[in-house]
Amino acid sequence: MLDTLDLKLLEEVADLHGLPQGAYNIRKNGQAADRKTTANIDIITKKDKPGIDIVVKPGTKEESVHIPVILSQSIGDLVYNTFEIGAYADVLIVAGCGIHNPSSEKAQHDGIHEFFVRKGARMKYIEKHYGEGEGTGQRILNPKTIIEVEEDGIVEIEMIQIKGVDHTVRDTEVRLQKNARLIVSERLLTNLEQTAISNITVELLGDESTAQIISRSVAQDNSHQDFHLNMYGYSKCRGHIQCDSIIMDQAHVTSSPMISALNTDAQLIHEAAIGKIASEQLIKLMSMGLTEDEAEAAILKGFLK
Amino acid sequence: MLEMTNVGVTIEGDNGSVEVLKDINLKFEEKKIYVMTGPNGSGKSSIAKTIMGIYQPTAGKIILDSTDITNMSITERARLGIGYAFQRPPLFKGMTVRDFLNYAAGPDNTIMHCDLLYDVGLCAQDYLEREINASFSGGELKRIEIASILARNLKVAIFDEPEAGIDLWSFQRLTETIANMNIKYDTTIVLISHQERIIRLADEVILVAEGRISGITTQGKILDDIQCLDTGCECRNNCIKGGEDNQCLIL
Repeated sequence: MLDTLDLKLLEEVADLHGLPQGAYNIRKNGQAADRKTTANIDIITKKDKPGIDIVVKPGTKEESVHIPVILSQSIGDLVYNTFEIGAYADVLIVAGCGIHNPSSEKAQHDGIHEFFVRKGARMKYIEKHYGEGEGTGQRILNPKTIIEVEEDGIVEIEMIQIKGVDHTVRDTEVRLQKNARLIVSERLLTNLEQTAISNITVELLGDESTAQIISRSVAQDNSHQDFHLNMYGYSKCRGHIQCDSIIMDQAHVTSSPMISALNTDAQLIHEAAIGKIASEQLIKLMSMGLTEDEAEAAILKGFLK
Repeated sequence: MLEMTNVGVTIEGDNGSVEVLKDINLKFEEKKIYVMTGPNGSGKSSIAKTIMGIYQPTAGKIILDSTDITNMSITERARLGIGYAFQRPPLFKGMTVRDFLNYAAGPDNTIMHCDLLYDVGLCAQDYLEREINASFSGGELKRIEIASILARNLKVAIFDEPEAGIDLWSFQRLTETIANMNIKYDTTIVLISHQERIIRLADEVILVAEGRISGITTQGKILDDIQCLDTGCECRNNCIKGGEDNQCLIL
């Protein structure tokens, strides 16, 4: 059963107020806590390793799957989830992990998600990470996401980590076939002594495939962020990496966007910028009546929206 | 009423201190429209920034409705009803036009976003949910900046070259909007401009040169001077002069 703390974590990571509509699988402290399937979406427990298979029937439209993970103990949790998105389906998948660590021991969740987005299918994948807890133990989240997008497939990914995660290594790999499209939106905030590493690799394999990665981050206090965004164009394709970071206090940010063209018809662009909040922005908002702290919060809220 | 008395501003820069304003004495009366004009670098924007609190006076006093605001912060002055539309508005990556206007209006005020954007010549449907980022042209940014001033019920509204980047077709609407703000909300308007059509709005024209007030005149007088310049008539010698080369201020 889910308690008050669980429901709070669910709200943080999946915007859920109670159990979700549609298919879902809730994992709590390394165990399956609740599950629901629908006529078009099946969820099956893996037999060879911890995790689930999510199978979306071809042609499924306007359905969603929520697969939140909750950790309220200091344990290490490793899970393998595989998603089969049938041809011409159109689904929303909401993942995410919330940790409440009350102890001095670390709480860690490593989620390895593999997606097969079949011909003409469309998938929006939202992954939100959140940490809290009065304990001194570290809150660690290491997601690995591997996505294969077949011809005419469309994948939109939102990866959000705004609060409370002490250490994260995020690995994302996407392979795009003919006329497949990818949009990645990453939002990351670190503070205190937190560290975050994000590695995103996109391979544009098929003609007319397109990819756009927009990564925005804020690094505060003594936190460290390290971004490696790589795009390979093997075909007549288009790709764009945009990586913006706001740096504050004594934080460190490294951003390494890399584009590699292996075909003369590949068109790839990268942009990267790291900088502090511009004083003109603060002054403008203060001239509208906000205090300096309110102005800073408004700028960061907009930037990470 | 807003009054600046013997105001001086010195700014510390990389190459030492620079006195940008000297002995500024100005009175801005309620419900009036003022236009500040003068050569580039003469100190017009510095006066505006000093009223807003962006520059702190190193001498003199600024009084707003009997309240000494000389040492007040930008935020405090804003909350007393002073607003400043920047010459070069900053970008806000991620912040939508809707959010920006909501911040301008403040938490206690509801605003009609569509009406505001219409007043500055923008279609709300096309702009409200857009981020204020580099995809905007200079003219679009300027219009949103002006809308952020219109969103507030101000005692004193300062517009720093509001016409910059605004196309000729929209100019009439801009001047009407500023005039309406003055009438509708009894707002004292301070415009920094070199444009004849802006100067025509003025109850008084303030001439600024080399960090000083070099004259206060009427729109009629200054427009006569412009006419003289156009026709090359002899009265050019009577034009108000200033700046490094003692050039005519309304060139």
